[in-house]
Amino acid sequence: MAWFKRQKTPLTAEGRRDLPRDVFDKCGGCGEILYRERFLRNFGVCPECRNHLRISAGRYVELLADPGSFEEANAGMTSADPLGFADRKPYPDRLEEARRKTGRNEAVVAGRCRIEGIPASLAVMDFAFIGGSMGSVVGEKIARAGRCALKEETPLVIVSASGGARMMEGAFSLMQMAKTSAVLARLHERALPYVSILTDPTTGGVTASYAMLGDFNLAEPGALIGFAGPRVIEETIKQALPPGFQSAEFLEEHGMVDSVVDRRELKSAVGQLLRHSWAGWKPRA
Amino acid sequence: MSATPHLAFERDIVDIEDQIAKLRNLASKHGLDVSDELRVLNGKLEVLRDQTYNNLDPMEQVQVARHPLRPYTLDYVSGVFTDWFELKGDRRYRQDEAIVGGWVRLNGESIMLIGHQKGRDMKENLRRNFGMPHPEGYRKALRLMKLAEKFGRPVVTLIDTPGAYPGFGAEERGQAEAIATNLREMARLRTPSISLVIGEGGSGGALALGVTDRILLLEHAIYSVISPEGCAAILWRSAERRHEAARALRLTSSDLLRLGIADEVVPEPPGGAHADWEGVMRSVREALIRNLGEIANEEPGRLVARRWAKYESLGAWAEDGAEPEGRS
Ligand SMILES: [Zn+2]
Repeated sequence: MAWFKRQKTPLTAEGRRDLPRDVFDKCGGCGEILYRERFLRNFGVCPECRNHLRISAGRYVELLADPGSFEEANAGMTSADPLGFADRKPYPDRLEEARRKTGRNEAVVAGRCRIEGIPASLAVMDFAFIGGSMGSVVGEKIARAGRCALKEETPLVIVSASGGARMMEGAFSLMQMAKTSAVLARLHERALPYVSILTDPTTGGVTASYAMLGDFNLAEPGALIGFAGPRVIEETIKQALPPGFQSAEFLEEHGMVDSVVDRRELKSAVGQLLRHSWAGWKPRA
Repeated sequence: MSATPHLAFERDIVDIEDQIAKLRNLASKHGLDVSDELRVLNGKLEVLRDQTYNNLDPMEQVQVARHPLRPYTLDYVSGVFTDWFELKGDRRYRQDEAIVGGWVRLNGESIMLIGHQKGRDMKENLRRNFGMPHPEGYRKALRLMKLAEKFGRPVVTLIDTPGAYPGFGAEERGQAEAIATNLREMARLRTPSISLVIGEGGSGGALALGVTDRILLLEHAIYSVISPEGCAAILWRSAERRHEAARALRLTSSDLLRLGIADEVVPEPPGGAHADWEGVMRSVREALIRNLGEIANEEPGRLVARRWAKYESLGAWAEDGAEPEGRS
């Protein structure tokens, strides 16, 4: 029977696979092959089906910060190896690989900027760096982004993308949840607005700390957002999960996010929320 | 062979315990004097216990932390405290039996006590969900902490959970939000707080009761970002490698003390808490009274500021290519 199936393979696919990969991208949503240029201009949103592809932290900075306004802080901060952790590979080797792959020192980029003219402290996670996992550097840079907002009395914006805790830093990675939440407690008491933007995927310790603690939680369409990963849940309840479970839309429906926002409208959404909520913003006369 | 639940490395200990029990039984039935034999056996038992429990490898440590005969939160409620009044429900959805909480009294003082609750048999475990809370459990815990703050009473939490429950309803009702909110609100709670890990400190589901002024661990308790089994399955691609994962994760009480996360390790009697409940209750009672005494009269603002400074310092990193800083 197998040959029936084989014949179903579309003949055009062969030719398409040969397309140079650095010029073309395939949309995971509708299968459309598109010029990478066109994807990038659209911030990784498929013009055909509006599927949101994962984009780098740098792209989010371009997307959200006013041109030329972003001043990165602590770009050179790197992870120590406090446990001397080695699984099949030593942790420092994994870090080195991730640095080479992403051209970044860690899974978060942070600094100050202006968003629609409003000064803000901005931190963006990069899923490409060891799955956006939260170790000491991610925790410390997020904490410093919060402290920067406190010191300069500006709002805070964090874009999350993470598989959860950085296991290779053991209990230190767990404690980053408490550390980041402690800084957010201070922000909370000072009534400085914090906008949390949840992108695909945001799970585990990051969701269960700063990603869910926004005064305003925004999520990108279709993003997977949850505490436990879908595979863990399926293994626990011995049941397949329905389609759309833990999607951004599911979270909106269950009251966990304020709004699902198209990536191309994120900047104006953040601007609008900050103008509404931040006492420091004065409308121009 | 013994019917007592025991771990593989406890086999010889349990065998001697059985011999002692049989001998006592025989002696009382026939009116014999077996005191010499008993003295020898008890001596052997003591030596063996010390040897075994001073040389546990990290995975054995994990097994002790999960020992089915270890005291659970409600055992401490009756063994350490008095005047218990359980407070139920989150006022939003339901009563979660995987976390218990309420008023207790210690040394004359009222305390809000909150802890994970495991079950000792299958029936009770179904009710307690193996100590794995749903969001409503964490929301109840926060409600009780806010009550403690309102009435100026300290909070003591007992941590003992494999983790927050990874299930359908838990996700629907916002497990992540419930945990996150507890972390933030515990960080700013204007009343003294102490957490004591009595068994398993399983990840975010444990930490959601753990952002406190003092973090104490029982000697054989563990605190980890992930279970050794889960870690092995992901990083080694085989749950069989849990021994290596347990070692690599540095999850024992002495590790946590060395990393600067735990403030104190509370000693257990020889052979572990499960071998001597009264002994461990005494130890916990002493540690709680002493630690509460040290922070009870602290001005709330200073308490909170110190809590922030403590949590904000945790981690190990290197500034712009410099040598690592932070506590490592
Ligand atoms: Zn598409």
